[in-house]
Parts: sequence; structure tokens; C-alpha cells
Amino acid sequence: MRIAKHDERCVGSGQCVLTEPAVFSQDDNGVVLLLTDRPEGPAAEGARKAVFVCPTKSLSIMED
Amino acid sequence: MSQTPTVDNVNDALGTAAEAADLPTYPVTRTCPYSAPPVYEEVRNGERPKKVRMQDGNPAWMLTRYEDVRSVLADPRFSADRLAPGFPILAPGQREGLSRQPKFMLSMDGKEHNDARRPVISEFSVRRVATMRPRIQEIVDDAIDELLKQPQPADLVKWIGHPVPAMMVAELVGAPLEQQPYFRDLTSRILAKGVTWEERFEISKTLRKFMDELIASKAENPGDDLLSRQIIQQREEHGEVNFEGLSALAHLLLFAGHDSSAGLISLGVYTFLTNPEQRAAVMAEPKERIPLAIEEMLRFYSITDIGAARVALEDVEIGGVTIRAGEGVIASVYAANHDPEVFENPGELDLLRGDRHHVAFGYGPHQCLAQNLSRLELEVVFETLFRRIPTLQLAVDVDELPFKYDSVVFGLHALPVTW
Repeated sequence: MRIAKHDERCVGSGQCVLTEPAVFSQDDNGVVLLLTDRPEGPAAEGARKAVFVCPTKSLSIMED
Repeated sequence: MSQTPTVDNVNDALGTAAEAADLPTYPVTRTCPYSAPPVYEEVRNGERPKKVRMQDGNPAWMLTRYEDVRSVLADPRFSADRLAPGFPILAPGQREGLSRQPKFMLSMDGKEHNDARRPVISEFSVRRVATMRPRIQEIVDDAIDELLKQPQPADLVKWIGHPVPAMMVAELVGAPLEQQPYFRDLTSRILAKGVTWEERFEISKTLRKFMDELIASKAENPGDDLLSRQIIQQREEHGEVNFEGLSALAHLLLFAGHDSSAGLISLGVYTFLTNPEQRAAVMAEPKERIPLAIEEMLRFYSITDIGAARVALEDVEIGGVTIRAGEGVIASVYAANHDPEVFENPGELDLLRGDRHHVAFGYGPHQCLAQNLSRLELEVVFETLFRRIPTLQLAVDVDELPFKYDSVVFGLHALPVTW
């Protein structure tokens, strides 16, 4: 799976960071930052949850 | 005359204020901290969303399903503008009150909202909030020191629930130390039980003056605080300071952050005190489990349920009905957080449940700006309080506790405790 982010929609709620800190962070402006776009194992599971909780659909998953 | 119900004739049948007379009224008050207002079950058990009758007699759609609530709150075809025609009236005087104030971010849509929110989000990022932990710890320890000096029983709402969130706001906006007791007093008075609308309006005016003077002083002498950083950034980007925008921001931080944090602090302490087994399980591994308990309290109580309203800007199909342009919608976060399709045994409080996908902080672009600060504040309060006062207990029977059934934000008016 590959994670894509859409910066223009992000409102910096930080839901992704709290849900899967191994994959997501926030830049100095509070906007989502990907630590990896190809998470594996438990981090991939966490990333799926993070994509689901994002309030503005600023994250998406592309299956390989 | 019999008719096959269709989307259209459901709308026709429920469309006007005159015909709204028989609808269930909204907002509804809770009658118990542990059970949902019956209107939600009624609506949920129906085939599709229904209408309710608002304070002003006009109908509005009531959404109770998790999926529908999330859809509406994230959909740009619904407006959050509380002054737009058709926006549900939750309380008498809502429109008049809001029209006298600068426009809050929570009333903005699209680009206007984005332009207002973007410059502030870095102030509440997970990383930035984590750097505030030592100061939050000091604030909480100071409040507990004060509580411990009081004769018993003492009111936990008065000594912890009100002052801690007030001090957090004072800290964010950089209120000078010598003014903090005055600020704390004002914010506490506005939340007091039995305060009238006139008194509330007067205190609110005084608070606005306090914030406006603070902003003016920060503009002359910027410090290391949220308001000062906004002022510096605005000058760099636009060459001038947007005083009205900052006034709205400061007021929003106060009115969104104070009552709700106070409510969840008092309900949280009440929950731990009345569920000793769950409390023992949580406190066995406080670092990992207190955050789980907080998510469950957020979901279970959904204290800011009354408020997530929108108005449709065009016709939108949702949950099997067509919501027409200009019709109001209530998206109940309480009902969504108790949707049995999404949360197993939703009526059961399980502090170790570990579900983070609730919508207690809302959903969509308006989702609570300071939610991560709020989480950390609650975490520090619960961890510190039960570590420092392990013998804490209720001083009255649960039946005698004054729950805030009469308020927009749920919580407790008082929580008498001994130790």
C-alpha cells in the first residue's frame, strides 16, 4: 500500500499523528508530514485507521 | 389517501413551521449521565433521518447515524454560518447575540475558514502541545495545592474544573501573571449555576474588553505567546494587524476551551470515583491507559453534543432523504458516538475500549482546533489528581450531584469531594 496526502485540505487536527506516529507527523505549519509513504506490518494497520479518522480526507491509500 | 412514501413527499409532509408542531422538540435535555435522550433512539430506529422542531418552532433534520453525521460535517455543500438563513436556532437570542460579535472561525466556510484557521494550526500541533506539558503540570499542581488547603468537603469544580482550563487559556494568550486572578474570577462567574442571560452578557463584555486590551498591549510589546506570534506573522504577511480577527480568536479560545474542559474534568473525576474497578485498571498503567480512558469519556459523554448544526447550500441526498437547499441540519455527535453499527455496546462505559474514531471533537474542517491540548490537559489532571490524592472520594450520594442538564455543554455544576 502507498499513502498519499493532500496538503490543501489538511486542517492540522493531528488525528493521524495520534493514531499512527510511526507514519505521520506535522511540519512547522502544523500540516501533515509523511515519515514513510509505504508503511508495513502494524504501522500499515495504524495508517489505515489514521486515514479513516482524518476529518478532512486529507489522506488516501493506494493499494499495490 | 394512501401514498407510497418517497423522498419527495416525506419532505413535503415535514416542510414548514406550521407542520412542525407535532415533531419532537430539540435541543432535548439529558435526564441521566448514563443514558441518551430518547429522541436519538427514536430517530435512529426509523428508516431514515427525521425532522425535529427547533426553539423557534422551525423544523430541522436530525441525523443520528455515525456515517450520516460524518458526511454532513465534512461536506462543503453544508454551511456552518450561524447567521445564514435556515441555520437551526438552538437557543433563544442565538442570532442576535452572534450578530453583535466578530465572526468566529466556527461560523466560516471554505476559503474564509481556511484563511482564518491555517495561521493558527501550528499552535496546536501534537509536537507543540507536548512542549506545553511542564507548564500544564505546574498549573495543575498549583490548583491541587489550593484544593488541599480547603476545608472538607471541597468542590472539585470550583478548585480544579474551572481554574485549570481558565489558566490554560490565560497561558495561551499570554495574560500577565498579575491579571490572572481577575481573569479566573470572570471566567468562573460566567459558568456559575443560575447566572442570568443579562449577567452573562455583561461578564462577556468585560471579558472581551480584557482580551482586546491584552491584544493592544501585545501589539505594542509582543511576547512569547499565541497572540503575539499571530501579530508578528500578520505584520510580516499583510503589513498590519487584524484586531477584529484576533479578538474573535481570543474569544473563541476562551468560550470553546473553558466550559468543555471544565465539563470533562468534572465528569472524568466523577467517572473514576464511581467506577473503582475500571479506575484501578487504568491507573495500573497510567501513561498508556489514561489516554484511552479520555477517548472513551469523550465518546461516551459527548458533552458538546448540542451545537454541530449546518444549513444546506444546495439539495443533498443523505441517509435516504433529500435535504433541500436552505434546510437546517442537526448532526448529533452524541448519537453518532452511540451508533451500535460502529461502536460495540455503545451504552457501556469501557475505559479501556481504545476507540479513537469517535466524533466528540466534531468532524470535517471545523473539528476542534485545540483538541490535542484538551487531551493533554485532561491527562495531566487525572494522572496528578489520583497520584497526589489517592484517597479522593465523593462527599455526597450520586443522586445528589448537580449534573448540568440545563446547559448546552454537559458537565457538573459542583462535585463535592473529601480525601
